[in-house]
Amino acid sequence: MEDNQDIIQEFVAESLDGLTAVDHSLLELERNADQPEHIKNVFRVIHTIKGSCGFLGLGKLERITHAAEELLSQARDGQRAMSGETVALMLETVDVLRSLFQSLQTSGRENLISVDDLIARIVRLQKTAPGETPVPTAAAVTPGPAVVSHGAGDDFVRVHVSLLDNLMTLVGELVLARNQIVQSSLLAGEAGASNAAQRINLITSELQESVMKTRLQSISVIWGNFPRMVRDLSLACHKKVQVEMEGAETEMDRALIEAIRDPLTHLIRNAVDHGIESAEVRRERGKPETGLVLLRAFHEGGQVIIEISDDGNGIDGARLRKKAGDLGLVGVEELSRMTDAEALSLVFLPGLSTAQAVTNISGRGVGMDVVRTNIEKIGGTIDISSAAGRGTVFKVKIPLTLAIIPALIVSTGGDQYAIPQISLLELVRLSGEQAVQAVEMIHHAPVYRLRGRLLPLVYLNRELALETVPGAESLQDPEVQIVVLQGENGQFGLVVDEINDTQEIVVKPLGSHFKGLHAFAGTTIMGDGRVALILDVPGLAQKAGLSAGLSDTLRRSQSKGETAEPVRHSRSLLLFEVGRQRRMAVPLSMVARLEEIAVESLETSASRTVVQYRGRIMPLVRLSEIYGGETVARDGGALPVVVYQALGGNIGLVVDRILDIIEDGWSAEEETPHDPTLHTAVIDGHVTDLLDLSKFTERHCQGLVGQSRERSPLKQEVA
Amino acid sequence: MSSQQPYCTFYLGPYLFGVGVGEVQEIIRHQPITRVPLSHPVFSGLINLRGAIVTTIDLRRRFELEDRPAGALPMNVIVRYGEMPVSLLVDRIGDVVEAGAETFEPPPDTLTGEARALIRGTYKLRESLLLVLDINKTCGLGAAVGV
Repeated sequence: MEDNQDIIQEFVAESLDGLTAVDHSLLELERNADQPEHIKNVFRVIHTIKGSCGFLGLGKLERITHAAEELLSQARDGQRAMSGETVALMLETVDVLRSLFQSLQTSGRENLISVDDLIARIVRLQKTAPGETPVPTAAAVTPGPAVVSHGAGDDFVRVHVSLLDNLMTLVGELVLARNQIVQSSLLAGEAGASNAAQRINLITSELQESVMKTRLQSISVIWGNFPRMVRDLSLACHKKVQVEMEGAETEMDRALIEAIRDPLTHLIRNAVDHGIESAEVRRERGKPETGLVLLRAFHEGGQVIIEISDDGNGIDGARLRKKAGDLGLVGVEELSRMTDAEALSLVFLPGLSTAQAVTNISGRGVGMDVVRTNIEKIGGTIDISSAAGRGTVFKVKIPLTLAIIPALIVSTGGDQYAIPQISLLELVRLSGEQAVQAVEMIHHAPVYRLRGRLLPLVYLNRELALETVPGAESLQDPEVQIVVLQGENGQFGLVVDEINDTQEIVVKPLGSHFKGLHAFAGTTIMGDGRVALILDVPGLAQKAGLSAGLSDTLRRSQSKGETAEPVRHSRSLLLFEVGRQRRMAVPLSMVARLEEIAVESLETSASRTVVQYRGRIMPLVRLSEIYGGETVARDGGALPVVVYQALGGNIGLVVDRILDIIEDGWSAEEETPHDPTLHTAVIDGHVTDLLDLSKFTERHCQGLVGQSRERSPLKQEVA
Repeated sequence: MSSQQPYCTFYLGPYLFGVGVGEVQEIIRHQPITRVPLSHPVFSGLINLRGAIVTTIDLRRRFELEDRPAGALPMNVIVRYGEMPVSLLVDRIGDVVEAGAETFEPPPDTLTGEARALIRGTYKLRESLLLVLDINKTCGLGAAVGV
């Protein structure tokens, strides 16, 4: 028996592949019995299994496959139609076979499952009168290619995964050695050496690519099981559900395929159990009786996108919100700020399920959080969008491979760090005057204005608690290097000391001692043999508090997705408070700068409040004086000022508090009665006044700037 | 004699430590270390051991001794911590010592605090005491101790 183990394991692996194909063919036959090529396919697999069982002394398997083969041969010879009953029995047979094989795989022997009843039923069916409508053409079918071919033919070799993993590791090492050779040959500058290095460079890249390809598997490896699963589930829930798949040939790394198996299974199970309605309900709603679960996979920008959509119930954002509130999972205030579309992401909270009834399939409120965790564990993301009554779409994004990735190398505090290129958007270098002025502060948060959008800045040395290199700030020619990154919740700029170059790096795991730091995604070895840490971009963003505040707003507006929403405007707004309660906003594109001006530096000129600003006099307008609201008393300290340009100069609007930047997405803007300078809108769940700056200038600032120019000599007096 | 146990020995300041020969993977010279920001100070960082990334623990810090004088390069004692190699930074490598079980005693009372928990016991050698390191406890610092 020992000697047989290797053979048995190989046999099991081949047979399990074969059974997946059988499942597929049986389901096809269930839809349309007149498909001789599928019947042949089923017969061929069962026949092969039976043959091998005899050799290996696997009694139960042999008896079942023998009985099944007899029945199938009737169908193959056109004496029996593959009717519903026959197909159902064969599907059951496949399940029993699979269970036996799985037991063989783990314990090396057949399990104790009783097969007598099954065999008896097969034999009984076989003895009954053959199907009412024999399939006359079946016998005459000329041999053609099998519908689903699995590892058949001489062109394929079965290779153990551990061998491929090992190859991958070795290639990883080779890539590192290659990097070292290339680097030192560049330094040495010898023609011969650098030619050889160049060749090694190319060959290594090709080798790496080929080895990576050996590890790619098409997603059909896991999708193959889904039609069967959906069939069984829909029978159990008394629903009619059809599965459609697009892009089943999409390939991704084996390790990743394995990692998404469970999450996808869960999502599909949910779609059938909760998503699709019963046939009656669907008829009432004017939908086709048969529900649709659509799986799509495709490559996009170095990632694999998998979409799982159903045309069922959809998820009711309002109900989710209520449930989350009832369970106390989210604060009441936070809930009230969410739109229904935003509330959808609540499904990923632990302990939340909207299933009205807990079924034995799903609805216990465990799961979606695990789905998300599992997907995030492999560097993926999951988004949800849904329209009540129309269906739900889950979009899962997975990186193509994990082992070797292109990365940008940066330095900070004297150490090198690698940033995965997948989250890299662009690089910005500010020097000289620009470096000093371009970084602005909103409410103690540094931002940089990138093409009119405010980019929150994160200083790597601060996040990593590194001591700053002394003297760096007093340099003659200060420079700011900004790496613009796509965080989970929006873009942000990472400020580093130096940007080095891009490299292919081999990702190695970070030791378990450092797992809790949330700043690093892994490690790699640089060309000089030193270890460098790979930055965990989402982790850093979170550390820097970007998940709340600024980028939170961004995310919310993004997650609204395509779901039906009232007309939305898309521009950025600067949100601030005037008086104690009043929320106002101006378009960000109109804002020149945000300043904090010390109360002591305010001066009065011709009964106007002015301040010296960048060598000129800037009039200040207190919005609370114009729009009422209780002015917040301030003794000393600094006033937040929104500076904009008008009438050929700067005008400063004194506000009471800068609140936030809102990106895209507020609704229902309407003109405020009696005040042409204001429009009212609901932003972030609050009534907010949008300030029309041009009308505001016309009405309240006429003469302010002009006069200040005439009096510009004042500047010299004071200065 | 079966009661004779071989130990790899090394020094930390004046103290002589020992690790069972079977627990030591190898001993290498000082390597460039990449620090891991935000981690607990006992971790000096990471080294590249022929392509494998190895966490290094500065034993001086682990035993709450004062830091090595600047310029003094430590040696790496690579031990197996479960499946994972971990490098222990020590001052100087000593000989392999055969110690008899009859000279073994529990940790001396002079050892206090954290250090005491990391020592399995001592052998009274002729010239000095050999402190036997408990590898699992020494390396068993979770992420929880990170900042």
